Amino acid sequence: MADVKKIATRTGYGEALRELGQAHEDIVVFDADLAGSTQTGVFGKAFPNRHFNCGIAEANMMAAAAGAASMGMTAFASSFAMFAAGRAYEQVRNSIGYTGLNVKIGASHGGISVGEDGASHQCLEDFALMRSIPGMVVMSPADAVEAKAMVKAAYEHEGPVYMRFGRSPVPVFHDGESFRFEIGKGEVMRDGTDVAIIANGLLVAEAVEAGKLLADRGVSARIINMATIKPLDGELVLKAAEECGRIVTCEEHSVIGGLGEAVCALLCEKCPTPVRRIGINDVFGHSGPAAALLEEFGLCAANIAKVAEEFTKQ
Amino acid sequence: MTDNEKKALMVNACKVRIGIIESTHAAKAGHPGGSLSAAELFAYLYFKELNVDPGDPRKPDRDRFVLSKGHCAPGLYAALALRGFFPWEDLKTLRHIGSYLQGHPDMKSIPGVDMSTGSLGQGISAACGMALAAKLQNNPCRVYALLGDGEIQEGQVWEAFMFAHHYKLDNLCAVIDNNGLQIDGPVDQVMSPYPIGEKLRAFGWETAEIDGHDYDALEGAFAQARAVKGRPFAIIMKTVKGKGVSFMENQVGWHGKAPNDEQAELALNELNAQLARLEAV
Repeated sequence: MADVKKIATRTGYGEALRELGQAHEDIVVFDADLAGSTQTGVFGKAFPNRHFNCGIAEANMMAAAAGAASMGMTAFASSFAMFAAGRAYEQVRNSIGYTGLNVKIGASHGGISVGEDGASHQCLEDFALMRSIPGMVVMSPADAVEAKAMVKAAYEHEGPVYMRFGRSPVPVFHDGESFRFEIGKGEVMRDGTDVAIIANGLLVAEAVEAGKLLADRGVSARIINMATIKPLDGELVLKAAEECGRIVTCEEHSVIGGLGEAVCALLCEKCPTPVRRIGINDVFGHSGPAAALLEEFGLCAANIAKVAEEFTKQ
Repeated sequence: MTDNEKKALMVNACKVRIGIIESTHAAKAGHPGGSLSAAELFAYLYFKELNVDPGDPRKPDRDRFVLSKGHCAPGLYAALALRGFFPWEDLKTLRHIGSYLQGHPDMKSIPGVDMSTGSLGQGISAACGMALAAKLQNNPCRVYALLGDGEIQEGQVWEAFMFAHHYKLDNLCAVIDNNGLQIDGPVDQVMSPYPIGEKLRAFGWETAEIDGHDYDALEGAFAQARAVKGRPFAIIMKTVKGKGVSFMENQVGWHGKAPNDEQAELALNELNAQLARLEAV
């Protein structure tokens, strides 16, 4: 995809906030000294009186966002995934999850592709943490167009939402004009019958590439973009399991508690199917350029194709 | 405040205490100590200070109250019941399976509860968010939060104190119940929060340090809070944990323990005698 435009999903978040802010007076945005990185600063520039920097104090930010939501505002709260889902987990659980208030968490810099900052900032556990909260919608877009549409869908959704965005620019393959996003609905990127590859985030583009590599090797792979991890599009997963007989999951997250486990939990109860999970195998990351790390940890088209091809031969 | 007003508040505080004993006794669990220390405050808030309407508990311009020290739900519930938000008899269902009166305040199920709390430190942050939103909405309501003196050991509380000053939340009033005891012992032995007033003033807050069982002092402090512009206001009230029940006063063991049948009878006898004396005046 060398000739494809690359934009970070967090950029889509910032743009969506600004557009939503124009149309909806009830939107307030909180950030914790990362407004430039999370891109909420784009909203802040347009609507300075509705953008609140909380300083480096994520716990207070999450509960304050809940308080604002209790007054009828729609509150977006942003930080890096590590701090939004990790540091402030209990505030999200009790003040936002338990209350069911209208807080939308926009977490940027998720996953290993944070890169040079290293393990302390590479959040690989946020899907697991957020999935465990009753009623929490958990999503991760594949490109900036999907990110924008997702943020708007999150605004329309009544209740708490967690969205994970990436730091690194990723290929834009959705068409901004025609793309429609629905919470809880997966998207078939390519049809196939030998194996289904279910991915989210920046691994969707890699999975699509893997699909092409597999086709060259005579393997018909169905590629699914599963941007919503919870609620999972069970219908689409079960259909893929029945029609392909093998599932590979790909995520920029620990293999514990994320998309892979969500898919496995569904399959083992409803349609036992062999699965291979591609993700971070219960280790911490380390510093390095994003692309090199993704390759090292096997989060790339070549490895996805390799795993899927070997799987089809077993 | 007229003598009659004060007497009415004293009667209500005594009834709140009766509700605390009856509900925790029926629950066989709960937190009587810190509920009793704030009984005057609960009575003052719900019968004098707060603009609330039991007939319309969600009216948009109501004053908000956040029980940041959520474990003192028995005190809040008794005040809400007394004010007519729900039937007094329901207090006896506290913490029971199927009851809406959850162990800690639940805004989704309990009329009059503005924020779910219980995990310490979060309520004051929520109150900050409410006060901020109220300003954006030009909502004239005021926001009140009650914190424990042990609760302010939570770092999040100081994040919130910074936030409230930074955003000039003069529609926010925090009350700190300084009863001096927490589960593991005296607060200054567990982890001293002192000096509380100096710390808050250093964080840019206006403060009043008062006797939390004195209605004139409460009236003065809340009037001061309403008059301050451009800053949040904190009332640090010195109280006696377990106040009103002789054998519970200043006893750390009554932080989170319910009275048994015999203890409940003793406590209710004391409180009913106090009530009879007040009503006889």
